[in-house]
Amino acid sequence: MNATKELARPGGAAPPRRPRPARMKPADVMRVGGSGLRSRPMRVFLSALGIAIGIAAMVGVVGISTSSTEDLNRRLAALGTNLLTVTPGQDFGGGTAHLPVESVRMIGDIPAVESVSALGKTDAKVYRNDYIPQQETGGLTVSAARTDLPESVGAEIVDGRWLNAANSRYPSVVLGPKAAAQLGVHRAGADVRVWLGGQWFTVVGLLAPNELIPSLDSAALVGWSAAERELDFDGYPTTIYTRARESAVEDVQAILGATASPENPSEANVSRPSDALAAKQATDDALSGLLLGLGGVALLVGGVGVANTMVISVLERRSEIGLRRSLGATRGQVRTQFLAEALLLSALGGLGGVLLGIGVTTGYAAYQGWPAVVPAWAMAGGVGATLVIGGLAGFYPAVRAARLPPTEALATT
Amino acid sequence: MTSPIPATPAARPVVELAGVSKTYEDVAALRGADLLIRRGELLAIVGPSGSGKSTMLNIMGTLDRPSAGQVHIDGHDVARLSDRELSALRAGTIGFVFQQFHLAQGVPALDSVADGLLYSGRPRGERRRLAERALRRVGLGHRLYHEPHQLSGGEKQRVAIARAVLGDPALLLADEPTGALDSRSGAVVIELLYELHEAGTTVVVITHDRDIAASLPREVRLKDGRIEHDSAGASDPAALSPVPEEAVR
Repeated sequence: MNATKELARPGGAAPPRRPRPARMKPADVMRVGGSGLRSRPMRVFLSALGIAIGIAAMVGVVGISTSSTEDLNRRLAALGTNLLTVTPGQDFGGGTAHLPVESVRMIGDIPAVESVSALGKTDAKVYRNDYIPQQETGGLTVSAARTDLPESVGAEIVDGRWLNAANSRYPSVVLGPKAAAQLGVHRAGADVRVWLGGQWFTVVGLLAPNELIPSLDSAALVGWSAAERELDFDGYPTTIYTRARESAVEDVQAILGATASPENPSEANVSRPSDALAAKQATDDALSGLLLGLGGVALLVGGVGVANTMVISVLERRSEIGLRRSLGATRGQVRTQFLAEALLLSALGGLGGVLLGIGVTTGYAAYQGWPAVVPAWAMAGGVGATLVIGGLAGFYPAVRAARLPPTEALATT
Repeated sequence: MTSPIPATPAARPVVELAGVSKTYEDVAALRGADLLIRRGELLAIVGPSGSGKSTMLNIMGTLDRPSAGQVHIDGHDVARLSDRELSALRAGTIGFVFQQFHLAQGVPALDSVADGLLYSGRPRGERRRLAERALRRVGLGHRLYHEPHQLSGGEKQRVAIARAVLGDPALLLADEPTGALDSRSGAVVIELLYELHEAGTTVVVITHDRDIAASLPREVRLKDGRIEHDSAGASDPAALSPVPEEAVR
């Protein structure tokens, strides 16, 4: 025994170099992380599916709302966002104020204004024929229109022609699509007439629906001078339409009221119809928020699923952990292995979810006739979120795996 | 005995246990074990279940630390090494063979064996090349891409041995290597361990099988946590089984 004790002493030899663990290459880390997934494909599919559904919901919501915004933007770009309208407000007595007759000319003098036109509402009513009772106006309005109106509001004629100097001399009318439908008019022509303000007016043109100014759809438009002559029109404009230079829309908007009604600027209301259209779009945001929240809940549930899968995986693979420790894996390397596995698992779900979300967006956009747009940040964010979730879900199981004493891990069969 | 231990690594004992005890709670699994294993030895540690041989394997394999006593593996004082350093020591110096093989399902033999060097820092191509050579060395050159379910028990254990010796460890610990095998496959495995020994590997076989133990050059018998008998005659170091000089690397 004495001899053994003697030998067991570290002797006179210099102590050998302390062993240093080698770093694993990233490719090896990924390969080892993936090996745990390959052996259980069904479980991997199901837990990745949970993540995928959450990501798909979020990417889909963002994609659909972006697609719809894109559609609106394209429509607005076609319609133009530089249209401004001026309407009379209330005067001091509470009655409706009048915009001065010369306001149209004065607005036209603003350098940044590209075009200007006006409508003047009359008290006349329009009917299909002279047998219709007076009170059945059908909500249609009769307005005097300046001949340059189409240029400003972007009105399109679908049949016949717009009011001009020639046809304004005799009783002529142009109908908006709703007005035409209510009056039973399907085409323009010399023989097509409507009963307007107590006499027959010839329908010379039909308008296309106007998205920017829906009120035109239910209007019957007559020439300015004809209205004054035949319909006791007072000649005051009730809506002034202005196209300002794109870059100067806000500047023009700021001075438009004062220009239209220099004496009482507060009696002129200035608005931008494209804003109203955009605001209508914004009302859908509440629903988007709700769906986004649901997507978040799905993602959370998916994350819990991944955590669960990883916990079970660690329990089942104790002997593998023991073997790896005996092969020389450090605690850190075991932890990294399981973390990499969780990250791969959720990244798989994230990628699937992004693809699914793109599919949903494309399908819905095609159904709505929108351009399909999924922002890159939503896709990157989706995958990024899954990596965060995978990291959080995998952390605890990975730490548990690393803490397992090798002897205990190897003792389980 | 005052002759100093030579400083050359070749002559450095692979395993030195001095007064090693291990207690689990109140149960003493190992009591004051002294053991010296020189480079190139082939020995059996034999004993009935509960004799402490698994504990001794765990301590020699640095999977566990002793409650008392000193452990030197390949010259390293285990008590002075951190868990990370012990892992590195296992990666480079110790190979394990287990009764249950511990081969992953669905993984071809070549990849299982290549994993033996996964934590050594060597590139994958080299690991696989060495794995193929190791498999040929254990006579499984024709089974490189077979998965565990396509292999017999004896073949599985030979794959496990190939994995254990892949990095040419100074110490090969085989825990009941024939325990799950029929006698013929068991004999093939023992023969393989002999071949490794002849090529210079230090091989420690932990077994409860007295016949196998008796057939090996050195036999260390354990009973109730104590070394009951050491055929090398621990009191006479000169009797420690001599290692042929050409086998020492």
